[in-house]
Amino acid sequence: MDLVPQNAQSVITRLVREEWGRVLSALMSFCRDLDLAEDALQEALLAALKSWPVDGVPKVPRAWLLVTAKRRAIDRMRRNTNFDRKRSEYEVLQSLSGAPDTEEADQPIPDERLKLVFICCHPALPEEARIALTLRTVCGLTTGEIARAFLASEPTMAQRLVRAKRKIKAKNIPFQIPDETSWPERLQAVLAVIYLIFNEGYVATSGTNLFREELCAEAIRLCALLKSLLPDEPEVQGLLALMLFSDARRPARAGAEGELVTLERQDRSLWERAKIKQGRTLLMGALVKGNVGPYQLQAAINAVHSEAATFQATDWEEICLLYERLHRLQPSPIIALNANVALSFVEGPAHGLAALEAPELKTALERYQPYHVARADMLARSGDLALADEAYQTAIALTENERERAHLEHRRATLNGPV
Amino acid sequence: MKYMFLIYSAEQDEPAPGTAEFEELMKGYYAFTEEVRAAGIFREGAPLEKVETATTVRVRGGSASVVDGPFAETKEVLGGYYILECKDLDEATAYAAKIPTAAYGSIEVRPVMDM
Repeated sequence: MDLVPQNAQSVITRLVREEWGRVLSALMSFCRDLDLAEDALQEALLAALKSWPVDGVPKVPRAWLLVTAKRRAIDRMRRNTNFDRKRSEYEVLQSLSGAPDTEEADQPIPDERLKLVFICCHPALPEEARIALTLRTVCGLTTGEIARAFLASEPTMAQRLVRAKRKIKAKNIPFQIPDETSWPERLQAVLAVIYLIFNEGYVATSGTNLFREELCAEAIRLCALLKSLLPDEPEVQGLLALMLFSDARRPARAGAEGELVTLERQDRSLWERAKIKQGRTLLMGALVKGNVGPYQLQAAINAVHSEAATFQATDWEEICLLYERLHRLQPSPIIALNANVALSFVEGPAHGLAALEAPELKTALERYQPYHVARADMLARSGDLALADEAYQTAIALTENERERAHLEHRRATLNGPV
Repeated sequence: MKYMFLIYSAEQDEPAPGTAEFEELMKGYYAFTEEVRAAGIFREGAPLEKVETATTVRVRGGSASVVDGPFAETKEVLGGYYILECKDLDEATAYAAKIPTAAYGSIEVRPVMDM
């Protein structure tokens, strides 16, 4: 008991965030039922809130929580089996009662978080559920926090989590590391969830909604955890680097009024150098592994941006080459669009505009706002102000985000020079 | 846990009987059925007659309506099924990927309720 009781509350709060996933994963490997494990851990936390301020915080709080939660889980299983003797639960219970008493408080806790990540990000779950479930179970965010971050009501989010857990049980999605044959696909699914979490926080540039910004930090923390669990996967490092590069620019993305500031106009002295440096180290470490994937390439593109002292000094040729490689790996109209934007800075806007007119690109991106923004910018740069004005109007009509619309209105209004 | 594998494909994508592709497909099915039998997880499975033979029954307000055709008019139609005993969803989806029609159609995997 190494802490004074008054600290118990804050220790518990910190523990919940830091140890939740770790303890929950250990509980999962023991009872194989996410609902049960979560309820038991919640109960253990309540018990901690009651007893720690009185008895002091235990030496290894994580172990205390696990032992207490295990007991609660066993109690619950016993209660449930009285009502309906489900074979699987009964078998678990049997094996537990026969097992030697392992409830030693300083027993090392197995780290099963990787399995927890894979079950939460299973492609057999709907995407929204994967995100919510990962934040709840691996990151230890509360349902209320997740709801606020995704601008949803708490009952809606609670419902989503309940449905997801029901689905895991009904489909019998296993708590395990996927085998070699499905590994690439399953790892991709995990990385996609992490990047979605990050982007959800990143698009919210307002700074008024701290819970949303917190998502960026959460995604980075999650990816760092994944990297520690999977040190040999260069794409994990690539994604982590990519997010760090983007996150480093966050302080420069919003102006004094909270308006969106694009890369071109950002005050680069506001970029967080430490994150950029960290990103670069990670990216280098990934690239030497010689298995370059889409996240590493996107990180590399961002690395080039972060190395340029000014927008004009950007090495667009290098960026073009990287986009070309990315497009070869992941042929998509959106990547083609970005490649064309980069190309327009090397070969001039006329060249970029011609590329944007390619029929397959035009059709695929007709309703895609960034396509029209890119087109408007290139038209403005080539001096075709009337057509640029038209393209801005199309882009504005397709913009839902208030701040972004204001930003585009401003650009449209200043087509003829600053007002 | 028992899973049902519902095999869907668009009939125009099916190779015609008598062609080499059809022979290849059938060989694939024999091999798959043999594999799941040998693994001891095969419970049931059969191809279905063509979708033109489908009849849909609905009871509304106490009276049954019987109409010609499948439940939903879609391009991909149910062509056959398997019921296999699998450890979990990952094992089930791994088997689903081995069903030859998965290469051009799709396999819906559903847990069978324990009654």
